[in-house]
Amino acid sequence: MLNNNEKAHHNGQSSRLPRKRFYRARAHSNPLSDSHFPIPISPSEVDYAQHFPHFFPPEMCDQDKCDAPIPKVRFADIGCGFGGLLVSLSTLFPDALMIGMELRDKVSEYVKERILALRASNPGQYENISVVRTNSMKYIPNYFEKGQLSKMFFLFPDPHFKEKNHRRRVISIQLLDEYAYALEVGGIIYTITDVEELGDWMRTCLENHPLFEAIPEEELEADPVVELLTSATEEGQKVARNGGQTFKAIFRRIAFKE
Amino acid sequence: MEEVQLGEEDIDKATEVAPALISVHPFEKSVVVALGSELRVFDLEGDCSISLSDDSGGPGHSDSIRAICFDASGRLFASAGDDKLVKIWMADSWCCIRIVCADKRVSAVAISHDGSFVVFADKFGVVWVVSLDGDGESQALCAKKPMPILGHYCSIITTLKFSPDGRFVASADRDFKIRVTIFPRDPLKGAHEIQSFCLGHTDFVSCLAFVCPSDYPLGFLLSGSGDSTVRLWDFSSGCLLATCEVGNMALESNETDKGNHPAVTDISSSADGALIVVSIQSFHGVMLLNCNFSAKSLSVAKVVSMKGSYVPTSLCVSSLAKHLWTVMGASNQPSSGTTQLARVRVCSISRQDGEDDLLVLEDNDTPGGEKLLSKLQGSSDVTEIESMLVSTTSALNSAIHNLLTKKQYSSEKREFRKKNRNDRKQKQ
Repeated sequence: MLNNNEKAHHNGQSSRLPRKRFYRARAHSNPLSDSHFPIPISPSEVDYAQHFPHFFPPEMCDQDKCDAPIPKVRFADIGCGFGGLLVSLSTLFPDALMIGMELRDKVSEYVKERILALRASNPGQYENISVVRTNSMKYIPNYFEKGQLSKMFFLFPDPHFKEKNHRRRVISIQLLDEYAYALEVGGIIYTITDVEELGDWMRTCLENHPLFEAIPEEELEADPVVELLTSATEEGQKVARNGGQTFKAIFRRIAFKE
Repeated sequence: MEEVQLGEEDIDKATEVAPALISVHPFEKSVVVALGSELRVFDLEGDCSISLSDDSGGPGHSDSIRAICFDASGRLFASAGDDKLVKIWMADSWCCIRIVCADKRVSAVAISHDGSFVVFADKFGVVWVVSLDGDGESQALCAKKPMPILGHYCSIITTLKFSPDGRFVASADRDFKIRVTIFPRDPLKGAHEIQSFCLGHTDFVSCLAFVCPSDYPLGFLLSGSGDSTVRLWDFSSGCLLATCEVGNMALESNETDKGNHPAVTDISSSADGALIVVSIQSFHGVMLLNCNFSAKSLSVAKVVSMKGSYVPTSLCVSSLAKHLWTVMGASNQPSSGTTQLARVRVCSISRQDGEDDLLVLEDNDTPGGEKLLSKLQGSSDVTEIESMLVSTTSALNSAIHNLLTKKQYSSEKREFRKKNRNDRKQKQ
């Protein structure tokens, strides 16, 4: 994919892929702190047309008469980092809108530039991915309606080893309530980490949550997305380079039964 | 030392005041005022004041009470607050039947409709449940301990309310969120299914009230917020039906205040929603709202002003909807004697042509009369109380501001704070 760099040359400076070294950021960000960036009041306030202009042709925005249903984001990559997964998923599911959510300002800036550059150098492609800078632990319901998403990704999240900081973990029983709210019944939540302790934690949370069930192994083998969890992400590649182990927990959202 | 907090307005512990709260029995058998750490109960049926007996051994509340409520049947009463204790009382004998220890300060409390569960919320945004059933010794230990059922991620929960049919529990937080959760049959395992989020407020949500008009058995949810609006929601879908701007009205009839967004501090309504009353920061009186449920509109019907710098801090209407009970007061206020003072005012509710109206009662006409007032207010000397209450409004405003309004830092200040993070300090 890095070869796109060369291809991009003839499109001029702006379309060149951004370079990571200019987007150095802290590895961690405190999800508990009060956010000072703008947050949409409700999902209907989010201007998705701005994120996916290709999927929102102007005639659709102009006239309410247009019968076509408004396309909705289907996949969310929570803590998308530098956006490796989004870029790979984009071509695998060209018709599904997907959004990355990243708390670190510079990193989300990088992903934005990266997507714009990819769009410019590959006309017609990568129109279905975008990124927002937000705290997904606080504001998931501000972006997605109930049951809107079919896939959610939590790849290599911050491990927060200290017990005191466990409440900063992005997967917890309480936050899973909100993820279950955003996911449609049958939707899938993908988690992966290279930290065994966190892997156990995420699996235990999902197993104990009444709205999720584990997906059988054979079904996972047929799912093309599973392979991307390790191969497409920057963190995954790093782990593979160092010959590390990864721990996945992939669960399906099920209906509530009492 | 270099780490002196340059330009940081630290919240002075002494200025942290808790507003006085009032709650009336659903059938107006008794009325309770919470002021600071003190609970004052007056029995309206027996026309006498009640001293609380605390059989369960523990002390009374030792710090400000932040939430009180009766259950729907009027059998139980719960109080909770900054001392991290939730106390459950029998509302007839006024014996404390249960003390629950919380991990954090408690900010909201509610009792389920069948009276078998108490839910309470803490300042970290976690809602807990305790079971009141089978209070025998055979009860398993785990059922005695509070169990977390849901969480608002690290945001102070301001209020908790059960829907009229008891199927849902609504929780509101300082992050402008209202979450409506299905209250399961066995809540000890957690309440995981979210019915909806009611999103639309642009500042903290301070109060909630369910109304159930006869034509709409499902009911609606009303919310008041720091953005000085009251909003009407279809809580099963989370759809915003109507918004009523009350701030401008409050400012007009008052003088222009420095905070041009006076927060809605409390809301109370009759069960059918024919009467909706709100109290507003710095506003001398209450506002009566009119809600047309079929047209989905919400508007100010009447401004009821009250004399003597009276800004109610808490409102309550019983299920009988005969009187509106209001209180004004705050903990940690200077007072002449040893007792803390508050002011109680009562309005009678009259129904004409299907519309409810309010009439502010003089002290002599208040149910319970002077006996009630001297118990609940701490004194029956109105002039003394009113002179004391003049300073209360500003103390309460700053308390609300400190507790619920998000701090705004300039970018330089933010950088400065980052440099002085705790983990950095230790290295020096």
